[in-house]
Amino acid sequence: MESDFYTLHDFMVYTKGVVYYLIIAILIGFLGFWSFLTARDDD
Amino acid sequence: MSHDAAHSKPVMSPMTVIAGIILIVGLFVTVRRFTGGLAATTNLSDYTPWGLWIGFDLLVGVALAAGGFVTSAAVYIFGMKKFHSAVRPAILTGFLGYALVVFALHYDVGRPWRLPYPFLVQSGTTSILFEVGACVALYLTVLLIEFTPAPLEWLGFKKARNIVVKLTLALTILGVILSTLHQSSLGALFLIAPSKLHPLWYSGYIPIYFFVSAIIAGLSMVIFEGSLTHKHFADKMDEAHLKEKEDVVLGFGKAASFVLAGYFVIKIIGLAVDNEWRYLATGYGAWYLVELLGFIALPCFLYAVGVREKNLNLIQWTSGLAVLGIVVNRLNISLIAFNYHLPADERYFPHWMEFAISIFIVTLGVLVFRFVVTRMPVLYEHPDYEAH
Repeated sequence: MESDFYTLHDFMVYTKGVVYYLIIAILIGFLGFWSFLTARDDD
Repeated sequence: MSHDAAHSKPVMSPMTVIAGIILIVGLFVTVRRFTGGLAATTNLSDYTPWGLWIGFDLLVGVALAAGGFVTSAAVYIFGMKKFHSAVRPAILTGFLGYALVVFALHYDVGRPWRLPYPFLVQSGTTSILFEVGACVALYLTVLLIEFTPAPLEWLGFKKARNIVVKLTLALTILGVILSTLHQSSLGALFLIAPSKLHPLWYSGYIPIYFFVSAIIAGLSMVIFEGSLTHKHFADKMDEAHLKEKEDVVLGFGKAASFVLAGYFVIKIIGLAVDNEWRYLATGYGAWYLVELLGFIALPCFLYAVGVREKNLNLIQWTSGLAVLGIVVNRLNISLIAFNYHLPADERYFPHWMEFAISIFIVTLGVLVFRFVVTRMPVLYEHPDYEAH
């Protein structure tokens, strides 16, 4: 995969793009995780 | 005690015998280390000048001693008074942890009598190691002062105890600042070695990883150590300590689960930022996944299930797994994934005397902890003093 990158700019665009997608997934995942962790708090 | 009972009690339990053997072997190796030098007792080399005594005694020791600042910050800064009973044992564990880190450092450095040199002769203020040294020295002092109310109550020095108690909030704030600095700087020490540390463990975020994982270590150690003290020193505990046990385990378990989830996420982001995914398909990648899934994701999930089900037993076992995970992580970074490119015969494996000293130091810590909690008001409030 690294042979696809010819410039630092290419590398940054690719990795930052992956991180942005990951962050969206993580934010949604965290909502689920938080409700799983705290769902029975008031029992 | 009746005459018969006195006779039936064994003079030495198996644990006492084992501790005695460890101490004798430890003293023998200590003599060997300080008469024969590092070459006589270690497998250290120019390739690996930091071995088990740094990887385990220092890096693991400092991380596992983080319970002191985590617990005192929760109680005195965030006002979570329901965890108050956990403060003194956590401060004691933290103080002993740091004291033993400094003790262990005397074995590791070539000329231990020069340990004060950075402060007295040459300050080297641009060095991360200087910052770590300064923070550890200061924080050890802070922990000593934070712990003094217990021995002062034990000795009956009321006035001195009341003066120290008034410093609690200031000491807690200082402890949080110093811990944030040096826990992260211990990770930053490895920033200088991008070609030596395997890319899966090397990251520009390594100081953040060290700091966040130290919080996990601190929270998990409070639960782990609490479960052991409840088992072995329940007779030393007062009503408040026994009653607050459930709150401490559930509260710290929940916090640990949340921080582990955050830690897992920043580890994944670290992989994405450096585009290191391809290494996951290698042997080191398999071991990295064991750490990531087995010692981060799994305890995160088990803590969460334990908190949901209010299953204290599950949370306590998970704390052991999380503590083991911190040990694995620090050993991975300092020993296993370090110098990964060297041929097998050049790789470092600790000498048996290095293991002996590490076990000796842990045993010393357990014995001193036992000595203190069986005498001083650590697991109970002294009846003559109000809780602070």
